Amino acid sequence: MNWSDALIQFQYDLGAPQELSWLIEGITYFIGAFILANAALVLALLLIWITRKVVSRIQDRIGPNRVGRYGLFQTVADAVKLLSKEDITPSTADKVSYLIAPVLAVMGVLMALAVIPFGAGLVGADLNVGVLYLVALGSIGIMAALMAGWGSNNKYALLAGFRVVAQLLSYEIPMVLAMLAPVLLVGTMSMQGISQAQSLYLGPINLGLGWFIFLLPGAFLIYFISALAEAEQTPFDLLEAESELIAGFHIEYSGMKFAMFFLAQFLNSFFLGAIAVVLFLGGWQGPFAGQIPLLGPIYFLAKTFFVYVVIQWVKGTFPRVRVDQMMSFAWKVLVPLVLALILAQMIIMKLPTPMWLNYILVLVANLAVVVAVLNILGKYFQREQVRSKRAFEPKSLIGVMQPARPASGD
Amino acid sequence: MLSQWGFVLILSAIAVIIPVAAIVLGHFLGPRRPDPVKNETYESGVETIGDTWVQFRAQYYLIGLIFLIFDVEVIFLFPIAVAYADLSFFSVIAAATFVLILILGLFLEWRKGALEWN
Repeated sequence: MNWSDALIQFQYDLGAPQELSWLIEGITYFIGAFILANAALVLALLLIWITRKVVSRIQDRIGPNRVGRYGLFQTVADAVKLLSKEDITPSTADKVSYLIAPVLAVMGVLMALAVIPFGAGLVGADLNVGVLYLVALGSIGIMAALMAGWGSNNKYALLAGFRVVAQLLSYEIPMVLAMLAPVLLVGTMSMQGISQAQSLYLGPINLGLGWFIFLLPGAFLIYFISALAEAEQTPFDLLEAESELIAGFHIEYSGMKFAMFFLAQFLNSFFLGAIAVVLFLGGWQGPFAGQIPLLGPIYFLAKTFFVYVVIQWVKGTFPRVRVDQMMSFAWKVLVPLVLALILAQMIIMKLPTPMWLNYILVLVANLAVVVAVLNILGKYFQREQVRSKRAFEPKSLIGVMQPARPASGD
Repeated sequence: MLSQWGFVLILSAIAVIIPVAAIVLGHFLGPRRPDPVKNETYESGVETIGDTWVQFRAQYYLIGLIFLIFDVEVIFLFPIAVAYADLSFFSVIAAATFVLILILGLFLEWRKGALEWN
């Protein structure tokens, strides 16, 4: 049963008049949306704490541990501190776009909550264009960053604003095309429909393990890499590269306006992980999720937090890429591969061969893409390793160094 | 289905109210000591020279244009994906040709150097 139907029924049971059904529905949706949005704010506090803990463990530090147990209230203290900071607007800024940008950034992220299914009947609005809706929301974030960069009237911010456009637009294409792969398989854009399609029946029992990652690992890998870039996480955090752009497009923002960008960024990486969970990792599906409805949200949150921790792990491990490497990786590796993948999937699934053979062919195509992407990444990191060794540890390369050739001509 | 969009509308209103409320609250709770130097553009302590909104790389326009082409293509692909089960083999071939033309377009851009960033 849907949560909104249950809540509406509850209000009728309390004695609400039938003729005011539009009002009842409005109140129900307001309650749902209010709880959802505020839960997201509390979640953001937790996410920032997780990030700091995970990254500090990777860097052999303890991380925040003073405020509250395990430093859990550190983020709350930070929020209070930001609340008490002066709200500065640069006198040369373009006031309108400067003020709208942080609001837009948070709005674009919070609205993604509407279509994320947390459980069998637990989805804000089960839109039949859910995936497309999420793609559309992605553009609001780009808008916000560009408006912030442009409106600040600051050269660092403007540079970062252009980089935002270049990076987010480039990675939007492979991400959206990778999201197309499960849609193509299920034939619906509804997030709930895609979650439900990932069940696996063993007789009458739903094991809930028919996750699309087992069939479409290539699409998942491309989605994951693009999501890292979309979430502005470290291998692709060129938008706020401290050593180049100070803080990126939000350099001129202080106090609560800055906090809004911060909030939007952390929630965005969590929601991109949540979308990955819905599209590829089975959503709320899992063993016995059909029998015990309570398990659905637990499975969903467990998987999403797992993906989030993996994103932080990547953040703590990989070095930042250069802007030209980043652009060429998107356009010369990811886009051709994902286009070929979609093309192959489209044709293979219509072949007159038996269905199980089609599935195996799709899996083979996906595995080929995984191998290709990992190969290219591996080569890149090997090259980088040799380069940094040359720069910092010349001794380690003595064995392969050639003696200098005598200069010819003199 | 319309009432589902009602939820989206209410959520979007809340999603606007939350950041606006936070920023307004921060504006009134924080100290207010404006100062002409403080309100200047930040540039690592140096006074800004010239206009910020200057000419910038044409490469960004190219990326924007290529993105536009591919985004429109994706919009066409989503309905095909949804109706995929009902399509005949030949309409899938037609759709595949459409994707193939775009792949060729990508390789043309590649050859022309539109994807180079230097």
